[in-house]
Order: sequence, then C-alpha cells, then structure tokens
Amino acid sequence: MAVAANTRTGLMAAGGALAMLGLAYASVPLYEIFCRVTGFGGTTQRAAANVDVSETGIPIKIRFDANMAGGLGWEFKPAAPTATVNIGQRAMAFYQARNLTDKPITGVATFNVTPDTAGKYFVKVACFCFNEQTLQPGQVVSMPVSYYVDPAILDDNDGKRIEEITLSYTFFPARTETARTRTKTDKQG
Amino acid sequence: MATNAPTTSEFTDAHGDDHAHDADHKPAFFARWFLSTNHKDIGTLYLIFALTAGIIGGAISGIMRAELAAPGMSVITAFTDGNIDAAYHMWNVFITAHGLIMVFFMVMPAMIGGFGNWIVPLMIGAPDMAFPRMNNVSFWLIVPAFLLLLASMFVPGPAGYDGAGTGWTVYPTLSTAGHPGPAVDLAILSLHLAGASSILGAINFITTIFNMRAPGMTMHKMPLFVWAVLVTAWLLLLSLPVLAGAITMLLTDRNFGTTFFDPAGGGDPVLYQHLFWFFGHPEVYIMILPGFGIISQVIATFSRKPAFGYLGMAYAMVAIGFIGFIVWAHHMYTVGMDVNVKLYFTAATMIIAVPTGVKIFSWIATMWGGSLSFETPMLWAIGFIVMFTLGGVTGVILSNAGVDTYFHDTYYVVAHFHYVLSLGAVFAIFAGWYYWWPKMTGKMYSELLGKLHFWIFFVGVNVLFFPMHFLGQDGMPRRIPDYPDMYAEYNAWATYGYGIMVIGLIPFFLNIIYSFAAGKKAADNPWGEGATTLEWTLTSPPPFHQFETLPEIK
Repeated sequence: MAVAANTRTGLMAAGGALAMLGLAYASVPLYEIFCRVTGFGGTTQRAAANVDVSETGIPIKIRFDANMAGGLGWEFKPAAPTATVNIGQRAMAFYQARNLTDKPITGVATFNVTPDTAGKYFVKVACFCFNEQTLQPGQVVSMPVSYYVDPAILDDNDGKRIEEITLSYTFFPARTETARTRTKTDKQG
Repeated sequence: MATNAPTTSEFTDAHGDDHAHDADHKPAFFARWFLSTNHKDIGTLYLIFALTAGIIGGAISGIMRAELAAPGMSVITAFTDGNIDAAYHMWNVFITAHGLIMVFFMVMPAMIGGFGNWIVPLMIGAPDMAFPRMNNVSFWLIVPAFLLLLASMFVPGPAGYDGAGTGWTVYPTLSTAGHPGPAVDLAILSLHLAGASSILGAINFITTIFNMRAPGMTMHKMPLFVWAVLVTAWLLLLSLPVLAGAITMLLTDRNFGTTFFDPAGGGDPVLYQHLFWFFGHPEVYIMILPGFGIISQVIATFSRKPAFGYLGMAYAMVAIGFIGFIVWAHHMYTVGMDVNVKLYFTAATMIIAVPTGVKIFSWIATMWGGSLSFETPMLWAIGFIVMFTLGGVTGVILSNAGVDTYFHDTYYVVAHFHYVLSLGAVFAIFAGWYYWWPKMTGKMYSELLGKLHFWIFFVGVNVLFFPMHFLGQDGMPRRIPDYPDMYAEYNAWATYGYGIMVIGLIPFFLNIIYSFAAGKKAADNPWGEGATTLEWTLTSPPPFHQFETLPEIK
C-alpha cells in the first residue's frame, strides 16, 4: 500500500521530467514563431508584393552587410554599402555574388537587422534569401532585395530613435537536406 | 521493501549470523558497497566520489592558477612539448573539465547524493529512501559519467588536438563546427548519464519526502534541510530534462545532420543558449539550496535555538526555486536583446535577492540572543553567510543588464560565482561534513585540526578570489591562459591564495585520518540541546537499518 503510493508519486514525478523534455523540443518551433512574431533578435518581416504602404518623407539610412561562412568559395558583397530611403518607401537593393571555383555551388543566406528593435519594422517584399541560389563556375549574379521600413516604427518609443538600420546576410553552403529546413525559414522570411 | 542483497555467494554471508541485533546486520564488503541499496552506504559512496572528483577538479584548477601566476605561457606548454597552440587548447580543456567536474561531480554528489541520501531519511524518520534500488542506479550512473568526461580529455576534439575545449556551457558553434572529433560527444554522453542519475535521484527524494515521513512529521514540521532537498529535487526534475534535450539536439546536430542550432539549415545557435540557461540558472540554485539547508541546521544547533522564521525560511527556498526558472537570460544579456526584455530579466533577477535576504537575515536572527558556541561546523556556517552574502551582492550588481554588458565574460563574473560556489557551496559542504561526521562515522574529529582547516582555507580562498573582482573591473576576460602585464599583480595574489587554500586542506585530510585512527567515540548527540532533529536520537553511527518502529512526532 505504501509501495503503491510510492510508485504513483514516482511515476508522476517521472512524467513531469518527460514533460520538460518534451518542452525542450517544443521550444524549437515555439522559438521560431516567437522570433517571427516579435522580430526578436532582428528577425525581419515579410509582406506580399501588393501591400499598401504610405511613404512618410522621413529619411532613414540603410547599411548593407555581406558575410560568408567558411568554405563557400564565393565572393559576396553589396552593390552599394549604404542607401538613404524614406520610411515607408518601397526600395530595392542589390548584392553581387560570384562563384570563384570551377564547380557549381548552391548557397543559402541567413539574415537579420541591427538594431534588434528594427526587426519588427523591416519588411521584405522579395529577397534572394527566400530561396537557395546556385551559381555556375565563374558566374556573376546580381541579387535583388525589395524592402521597405514600416512607418509604424515612428510610433515605437525605441524604434523612432533609430536613424540607421544595418541589413546583414550570411551565405552558407546549402546542405543536401536543407531544402526541407529552408521551407521553414521561408515562412519566416 | 526490504533491501535484499543477493544471498547466494560467500561474501554476502560472511558476516551472516554474528549479529544479534537484526537492525545492524550488514552484508559483506562487495555486496555492501557495490550492490548497495542502503541510503547511508550510498550516501557514503557519494561523499567518497565527490571527494575524489573534488581532488581531481581542484588539481586541474591548480594547474590553471600556476599558468596564470605570471604573464606568458610557461606551465601548460610543459604538457605540450612547447607547442603554444596546443597549450591554448589544453587550457580550454582544463576550464571545461574544471567546471563540469566541480558542478556535476563534486558539489551535486556531495550535497544531494551525499548529505541528502545520508540525512534526509534520518531526519524525516524513514527507514530508507522510497526506491532503494533506483538509488543504487543513481550512484552507479554517475561513476561512468565521470569516467566518460575524463576520457573525453584524451580523444580528439578540434582538428589536431585532444579534448573538449568548449567550456561547461558547450555552446555551439564551437561545440559543433569547432570540435569535429569525438571528445564533445563523450562529454555530452557524460552529461546525459549524470543528468539521468540526478533525475532518478530527484524522483527518489520527492517520493521519499512526500510519502515516507514518520507519523506526525507534517510538511511544516520537516527540518529545513529536508525542505532544501525537496526544492532542489524539484529543480532537478524540471530543469535537467531541458539540458538533456538541448545536448541531445547538439549531439544530433553533430552526428546526424540535424540543424537545430546550425544557421545553414535554419537553426539558431542562440536557441541553445536559451535552453542551456533555462537549465543552467536553476542549476546554480540546485548547487546552493542544499547548502542553505545545511547552514540552517548548523546555525540552529550551535545557537541552541530553533531557526528564526521557520516558515519564511522554507518558503523563501520555494520562492528562490520558482524565480530561478524565469531569470535565465541574465546569463546572455549580450546576445542582442530588446531593452524591455533586459528590463524584465534585470528586475526578475533582482527580486531573487528578496527571499535570499530573508534567509540571510533569518540566520542572523537565529544567532541573535542565542547561546552561541563556535565548534568547527559553526565557523564554516558563519563563514558561509559572510562569503555568500558578498557573492550575492556582486550578483545583484551583475544582474543589471547595463552593467553586465561591461562585466560579461570578465573575471568579475568569475569572482562572483566562485564567491557563491567555491566559498558558498563548498563552505556549506564543509559545514555539513564536520556537523554530521560524528553521526556518520561514530568518531569525533579534532576541533583543533578542524579550526585550522577553516581559518587557513578561509584566508586562502579570499586571497584567491577577491583580487578577481579587481581583475574583472580592469577588464581581464575570463577563460584565457595569458594576459597583459597590467594584470600580473592580482593574478600573482590569486595564485598565492590557491597555495594557502591547499595548505588549508592538509589539516582536513589529517583530520579524517586522526578521527578514524584516534578519534573519541561520538555520543548519540555530540552537539547538545541545540541538535533537535531525528538523526541525533539514533546511535552514532546509526544502525544499518533504522526506525524499524517509526518514531512519533509529538
């Protein structure tokens, strides 16, 4: 009788431990949703091409940053290091990539913006980072990103003080199984 | 359930029928120590294990302090044939091993496995733990865990070098892309086993404390040490599975092509930091809460008064345990957080100072007006209060996100957590060691040697760790083996302090020998009227099976 009570308590405690293990795994998608919704960690937002934004006439400076993970064998840089756009203005920027090797290479880019607070208000309409990019040997491509800064940033106590946003990309060699995981990030884009 | 050791072999029967008193019938050597299901024997095994691991972890820190004694690489290079890069990596392996050993294989086994196993059933009037065989499994999981960690130092880690140099936090991408060799895999498996051991132990403690208290021992009459172990067990139960999940993801990222923490596949290395510290912050309370319990018993005993504000003390620990789960990101203020997120984590962290303050002031109030005597355990307990408070104050300073941006990863942090652990948890372990030594062994120790141990050790660790505050304020980063000349003076002091601390350990070991060889026989209750908990009603040492008739609590 006392033994049965112990077994019950012990199993309940073990169940608690298993639930926490489950929570650890559940945190992976939950964290992704959290970042996407809140712009946490400079996660940018994504909008459809026909979205309607009103230009405000207030300028903001955008810096473009390009990085590569080791072993990609590309050259990757922004066409222009900075641009000044109006908040709410639909703008387009280009990055250039060149395959320096003699074999085709597929890469995928991760991205975020600094300061982190700007993530919620930096909206991409189209971006080369939404898909994998394959470059043939020696091929040079100009890769576009279409974006705007959401005027709602002016209503944010922290956001309205931002005068400069850095948009950063890091290209990684695409892994064979990344096609699956990319679709996840696509939604996030 | 009775503790049925295998009964066929000779050694189990060797002492078979010599003992008239059944409660003290002990199995023979192999069955008693290797197949043990007895909470006191398992507690003893844990204490021996913790002592062994502490010596190894302490020796590693000795090598580190020797290297840091002066600028330049001069000590570790002796292990690497003068190869500086290999020495740099070996340094990283040493800090990793030191951290993991001291956390998982010294403090936790001593406090929870050792004193918890030994004392909790005695204090609540239980004959043994709820699941004695699972208790045996817990202990015998932690031994291979330790061996795996030691083995990881001798197999390839990063290209060309041996061992895991990731720090105890095992952050990716250093632990994934940076360590292609199997060393990190062994370290992860070591943590898996140690974690499983602790989770089983936690289930055992929770069940024992909930279900096996003697008649009349209500929750609100339990000694504070039992409360401390109960809260600790809950923290273990709820936080360790998160670590297990995180390091399993790390393992599959490393070996099976998943990308939980790999940005190339849409993962985020920062997520690992969140998961690690969701475990890691409760872990620091896991290491200190049993110490709080020990200190409460010791202070009450040698003040000859019940602990001041018993309920406040118990629920302060519950509160610390709860808040401990919602402050994790203060370990990672520099990953890039919104100011509002930092605001929350700063405020929540500072709130922990409130229940902790309740405990500190209640200990002082327990002593106030008490009939104090200063036996060795009391010295350690008072030393604990002073040193832990100092470490707590630097903790409140570090909890400020703005301040922490400057102090992050400096020696100020090292000073902070060594004050709460190396001078907090370790002082509490020594307090418990001397307090329960007569009960556990049946022999008195030498007060002279005990006091020498305390005073030399006290001076040593303060000379060792106090200058680290200044080093941190001057900007010396942690986890580096070499440094500019401007940091030389304080580093030299710290290394002298290490030497003093080691000298302080000589009377500790002498005392063990003295006690076994020539110690006076301990009375059932050597501490007098202040020692009111149930373990002092038993003989010293207690019979092999105690409380065959359960005690009644008034």
